[in-house]
Amino acid sequence: MHEMSIVADLFTIIEEQARKSGATRVTKVKVLIGELSGVVPELFRSAFHSYKKGTIADKATLEIKVTKIKFKCHGCGKEITAKNIMDESFSYACPFCGSKDMELISGRDLYLEKLEIETS
Amino acid sequence: MDSKRKEVLVLEDILGSNKKIASSIRQKLLEHQILAVNLLSSPGSGKTSLLEKIGQKLQGKYRVGVVEGDVETERDAERIRKIGLPAWQITTHGACHLEAKMLARIFDQIPADLDFLFIENVGNLVCPASFDLGESLRFVLLSVPEGDDKPKKYPEAFITSQVFVLTKCDLLPYLPFDRERVVKEALEINPKLKVFETSAVTGEGIEELCAFLESELEKRRVKNA
Ligand SMILES: Nc1nc2c(ncn2[C@@H]2O[C@H](COP(=O)(O)OP(=O)(O)OP(=O)(O)O)[C@@H](O)[C@H]2O)c(=O)[nH]1
Ligand SMILES: [Mg+2]
Ligand SMILES: [Zn+2]
Repeated sequence: MHEMSIVADLFTIIEEQARKSGATRVTKVKVLIGELSGVVPELFRSAFHSYKKGTIADKATLEIKVTKIKFKCHGCGKEITAKNIMDESFSYACPFCGSKDMELISGRDLYLEKLEIETS
Repeated sequence: MDSKRKEVLVLEDILGSNKKIASSIRQKLLEHQILAVNLLSSPGSGKTSLLEKIGQKLQGKYRVGVVEGDVETERDAERIRKIGLPAWQITTHGACHLEAKMLARIFDQIPADLDFLFIENVGNLVCPASFDLGESLRFVLLSVPEGDDKPKKYPEAFITSQVFVLTKCDLLPYLPFDRERVVKEALEINPKLKVFETSAVTGEGIEELCAFLESELEKRRVKNA
């Protein structure tokens, strides 16, 4: 369960951002979680809600958007969205040109996208 | 009190602080020309046993050090010291993975004239995959008794590694384990993986793995010369 340490890093960013923008309270936090980031959204959510107590985001809601796995094919240049890499049918080859020279361009990311804050 | 509500766009990488520390470690390793290997696997897949074998083999010719990551105890570090190699233990006290800042805390103790630094991560095939430690290479280990269906169940570990070591191959004759299937599945999710099959009991594959490590070290030294 590494979600807790990731949430701790998230709160460092939230607190810094809140200070910078003169927030008195953070009411909503929106994060992007890549399908291949190794983070389980539900575990992240419960870690978030237990960590938030006593912080500036005490009452904040959490919105999670799961970002899809995406590859770029170096053979033909097309972008490929992998339905599900864990699928039995998944095979690592470009569906357009068959090349195996593909690069993972999204799906591993973990981002704090935006905050909703209150200022006095 | 009239409070105003507004939205602030942030777009900041949540793992950014770990990545920053990892890149400064990577920079130092590069300056000292140390090849660092981060080893990932489930508990008991044979990380320490493999390191004992590799360490003994490389020891005469190279300077080797080992960082041991465990939730508790110095046991793994002591095993490594027993074969004559320096070892530094990081105990995470509950955390299921190593983070770059944990390595940074002990980094000053690591001699600059090492050739190889092996970092045995906490036994866990999921969590350590998310944390860059500044390593040069990442190894994922899977042992034969764990079963041949694991790569697609734990894709992050396989996708972020450059080397896949199938360990405890001496047990192949005794278990229903499809070697070809596991290799095929691993390569389907990461076709760039280099695959080694080893046994710490018979010594199978240790020579090949060490030859690979030596060639990686030389390759990097030539490039940076
Ligand atoms: N048959 C067989 N057993 C092995 C081999 N390598 C390790 N073992 C056994 O597997 C058990 C675990 O080995 P370790 O090397 O301690 O595994 P580890 O991955 O370091 O374990 P943790 O650090 O606790 O995660 C021990 O009982 C070893 O003797 C092997 O190649 N073949
Ligand atoms: Mg061990
Ligand atoms: Zn293509």
